[in-house]
Amino acid sequence: MKKTDPLQPLTVIEPRKDWQAFNWRELKDYRDLLYFWVLREIKILYRQTVLGFTWALIRPVASMIVFSVVFGKLARVPSDGIPYPIFAYAALMPWTYFSQSLIKSTDSLVQQASVISKIYFPRLIIPMAPVLAGLLDFVLSFLVFFILMFVYHIQPTWNILYIPLLVVIMVLTASGLGMWTSALGIQYRDVRQAMMFIVQLLMYASPIVWPISIIPFKYRTIYAIYPMAGVIEGFRAALIGKHPMPWYSISIGSISAICLFITGAIIFNRMEKNFADVA
Amino acid sequence: MSDKAITVENLSKAYRIGLKEQKHETMTGAIMDWIKQPLHNLRRVQNLTRVNLHEDSDDTIWALKDVSFEVRQGEVIGIIGRNGAGKSTLLKVLSRITEPTAGRIVLRGKLSSLLEVGTGFHRELTGRENVYLNGAILGMRKKEIDLKFDEIIDFSGVEKFLDTPVKKYSSGMQVRLAFSVAAHLEPDILMIDEVLAVGDAEFQKKCLGKMRDVAGHGRTVLFVSHNMASMKNICSRAILMETGEVIEDGDIRTVVNHYLARNIRSQTSFEFNEDQHRYQTDFRIVALNFLVPEQRLIFQYGESVSFELKIQCKKDFWGVRVGVGIVSEGVRVSTIHSHPIDFLASDSLSRVRCTFPRYLLLPGIYSLVLGAHLAKNGQGLDYINQEMYFEISEVAASGCDSFDVKAIGIFKLEAKWENLTEDRQTVWADSTQL
Repeated sequence: MKKTDPLQPLTVIEPRKDWQAFNWRELKDYRDLLYFWVLREIKILYRQTVLGFTWALIRPVASMIVFSVVFGKLARVPSDGIPYPIFAYAALMPWTYFSQSLIKSTDSLVQQASVISKIYFPRLIIPMAPVLAGLLDFVLSFLVFFILMFVYHIQPTWNILYIPLLVVIMVLTASGLGMWTSALGIQYRDVRQAMMFIVQLLMYASPIVWPISIIPFKYRTIYAIYPMAGVIEGFRAALIGKHPMPWYSISIGSISAICLFITGAIIFNRMEKNFADVA
Repeated sequence: MSDKAITVENLSKAYRIGLKEQKHETMTGAIMDWIKQPLHNLRRVQNLTRVNLHEDSDDTIWALKDVSFEVRQGEVIGIIGRNGAGKSTLLKVLSRITEPTAGRIVLRGKLSSLLEVGTGFHRELTGRENVYLNGAILGMRKKEIDLKFDEIIDFSGVEKFLDTPVKKYSSGMQVRLAFSVAAHLEPDILMIDEVLAVGDAEFQKKCLGKMRDVAGHGRTVLFVSHNMASMKNICSRAILMETGEVIEDGDIRTVVNHYLARNIRSQTSFEFNEDQHRYQTDFRIVALNFLVPEQRLIFQYGESVSFELKIQCKKDFWGVRVGVGIVSEGVRVSTIHSHPIDFLASDSLSRVRCTFPRYLLLPGIYSLVLGAHLAKNGQGLDYINQEMYFEISEVAASGCDSFDVKAIGIFKLEAKWENLTEDRQTVWADSTQL
């Protein structure tokens, strides 16, 4: 018979009362599962498709073409003196990542309801996986940007080094919101219905087809609370290099991104115990 | 230091169920309802996760009520109970799928639960990819899976299709692969919910062998099943649950017998209502009546078991065979068919009597299941969704061999015995046929 090992993990199960955001020990134990789950998200996305990873490029490129014709040529929306296609594409890269991650993350728990009611693992992995898996598409979308840079003779500047920081803010925002919406969405299925058009509305609320410069100064602070505003404008500044980095918007945006992430984790942790009962 | 693997203290779990809502008949009422509906829905959905411990409202169901028990390390323990007794909820709470409403559990060691095999399998992924994903979901590290990968594939017998998406697999292959992953877990505590009933006979045997291996290695195993026979085979102790409460905890044989005995009702006739019939036909077995002198369904060993069926048809039937299945500890051990009944007239009550041979069943608790079909094409006419329990007691009826009542098994079979010793040649035969 096996001897009692003093190092054996001791698990206590009782009704949760704390307001903890993360259970680090547990997440560490299951880090391999996160890896495999992200891998799964990536693999199943383009399996049995003809174009495969090309789809990662088609989405932002198609939007860019439509926006350039409709907003650039027909509506003559200002673009701060930047050629409209590259102006739109620089914004569409973070936006495509953000909107796709958010929609998938919101749906993730409901889609995995059968798994949730059969086995335990940190549920946080489920909404986090699409957010992380989306980064691959995001990185691939740079390929088209390099071509556009060549076509429009854009010289890269040192500002490009700020990209990783913007990516971190973007991932924090997507995963923070994803934790909120997925946790609420599994109990209140209205959330899923609402997210589809909320994301649509958010696109027009983001400086994608128009530059942030058309917003009056006195509203900039309030507008910057929306983290993607700073991120998208930051992408334009960093990649195209015609404008200084919008540090004011970025710093306000990063504070709200961190708030979203922490509150999202807390809400998720609070609601997690009921997932199996409402799934 | 304690050697308790599992300590459960005063565990309770409540669920909210939605109650039927009031409907308004009038137009204005309906419009008002439609306006108020979102608010009403909000409250209803919120209430799904809100349980008041002290309030005994109508729509709260206590799936577990004040359950306490302890399991020592290395113990293999079965959880017995009818559907809805709270067995599955108990496993779900123990495996942390859902949180208890009150109470506390302390687990010592790594726990794995198998409420289903193949959780998280994705149809588009290959066998190899699914092994890794499923292994990780079950709590294995990548290194662990790497090490056991070949063993897992060997056990499943699907090595040729390793890089084929599992959607191309037969359902049997999927189950085999899934079970193989689960079988290679090395937890300190393992919880299993009837996953043994998978695959073909050969694979089932392999699975049972693996289960016994696991149990033999000093692991603690919690096992939920309806199959009392395999339970007796694997477990040493059992917990009997009813309506969310533990009502007995002890030696497996005693608990199983008590559980089965609880099903024996103190009445000898059974009448079947409409929702107990599996098929919608014009043929109905309406009642079963045991012919027993006392008011309990306990027969002495050697006494003949005999019962009458009442049949009512809405139209004429020719050539109907009635079937009786004998079930022992969840296993159908035999089925006895009547000869074709040549004619059953419509709208009249027909009665059929069946008598088992006197020494057919050895002492134990059995149940009957009933059905009927057409002799010519085997078409099912009736099947009763109710098991009727009865007991053959260890009291021997007069004139039978009292040695038999201690015999282990289900059937008494007849045999011819001969003493071949020189000068002592004797022949004993139970029956003239031999």
